[in-house]
Amino acid sequence: MSVFDIVGPVMIGPSSSHTAGAARIGLMARKILKDEPIRADITVYGSFAKTYKGHGTDKALVAGLLGFSADDIRLRSSFEIAKEEGMTVTLTRSEEETDHPNTVRIKMEGKTGTVMEIVGVSLGGGRIEIREINGFYVEITGEEYTLLTFHHDQPGIIAKVTTIMALGAINVSTMKVFRSAKNANAVMIICTDSPIPSDLETEICNISAIQSVIALSPL
Amino acid sequence: MNTYEYKSLAELLNLTDRYTLPLSKVVMLREMEESEKPESTVLDIMDKRIDVFYESIQTGLNDTTQSVSGLVGGDAARLAAAASVLLGDVSRRAAVYALAINEANAKMFRIVACPTAGSCGIVPAVILAVAEEKKYERQSCIQAFFTAAGIGAVIARNACVAGAVGGCQAECGTAAAMAAAAVVELCGGTPVQAVQAATLCLKNVLGLVCDPVAGLVEVPCVKRNGFFAVHALTAAEMALAGIVSVIPPDEVVSAMYEIGRAMPVSLKETSEGGLARTPTGKEIAERLEKAMREQ
Repeated sequence: MSVFDIVGPVMIGPSSSHTAGAARIGLMARKILKDEPIRADITVYGSFAKTYKGHGTDKALVAGLLGFSADDIRLRSSFEIAKEEGMTVTLTRSEEETDHPNTVRIKMEGKTGTVMEIVGVSLGGGRIEIREINGFYVEITGEEYTLLTFHHDQPGIIAKVTTIMALGAINVSTMKVFRSAKNANAVMIICTDSPIPSDLETEICNISAIQSVIALSPL
Repeated sequence: MNTYEYKSLAELLNLTDRYTLPLSKVVMLREMEESEKPESTVLDIMDKRIDVFYESIQTGLNDTTQSVSGLVGGDAARLAAAASVLLGDVSRRAAVYALAINEANAKMFRIVACPTAGSCGIVPAVILAVAEEKKYERQSCIQAFFTAAGIGAVIARNACVAGAVGGCQAECGTAAAMAAAAVVELCGGTPVQAVQAATLCLKNVLGLVCDPVAGLVEVPCVKRNGFFAVHALTAAEMALAGIVSVIPPDEVVSAMYEIGRAMPVSLKETSEGGLARTPTGKEIAERLEKAMREQ
């Protein structure tokens, strides 16, 4: 543990889980969309739904979607900035039970028409996890370089991807694979020690069974 | 390299003894070897945090607005403007700074979590108030923050620092312990005295629950930051005088964790008990809920 996790992080108050964590979820959502969001339909659950106003959870989520980090003072006026930049935001409070008390669902539309839906949870101390992308279970913390592939489940995909990484001298720290069913849609989450260069990202994306790839840098 | 690795307060003290170094230096060297960053970088990161601490103090004192809920704001300025009655200069300044920083937090300004946002006023208030009143240089302040961080890191590792896990003893209690150790070193105390200050400090707040009104980091958090700044100074003064805890440091940390786990969930940040469920606490929560629905 770094001492700067104890004397830190630097953040906009008042809560590391309800404000800083929310901003980080919003920022991660924007990175996953790979586009400038022009619309965001946000649903907050559990403790987020109960106390979002007093904690500025709504402002923090929008700040993140605008690309602001958790210590950016513009977080305070994120709704005004979103309006100026032409981003439409709706907020719904849900009473539905969720696995984690600090859960948010964000449905986003990007400038180029991309539509994506993510579910994020705030774990405390500003740490977060993206748990769902377009209905797929994932686990993304934003603490490491992460490569996501959406692909069709079939033999050899993992080997193809990791071979490209090995040839590029990219070291894998952790790796997880999920699929909806055998021979159906699957997702691979690979965390690495160094960034994935864009040419490798393209090469991976060109593997025939792979539909799309998202390379994320740490938050 | 794990030359300066420490997993307990006893191990931390052993390292200061073995290498004849102050606590702050061992903590800094450990950070350097763990993060593989040079001394200049880690010193610079801490130095920049001090800038943010001052920014929070100024905002807390100068911003005259209330928090979104209307529950807090203006108490730091109130205490700063009032004539001194009972407290000495150091204690008063520490209390004012702690209130200011935590008010800044409640009002959505920039702060440094230390170790958490709810307890963010205590450590910087104590270190900076002592440094200003006793005329210590910025360099000494940077070292003091490393000492504080080392104590906090051990408590986070062996117990917890989140109110949701261990109650307020884990949050503000840890912050006060960090602050006490830091100012003992700042004032020339030994590593053993610094760890004793942290121990005495934590021991005296065991059992403290986290029962925030309406689930917000405001009541009782802001005023508690003010109180605990003075509490940390009392512990530091005792330790510097040679007062020693009968229960050893690491055993007190373990006790804090055990008490935290035994604490009912209703008193661990869920706002289902204590102050949050008093008639007034409930009324405030209902009023805020109604305002939110109407929007």
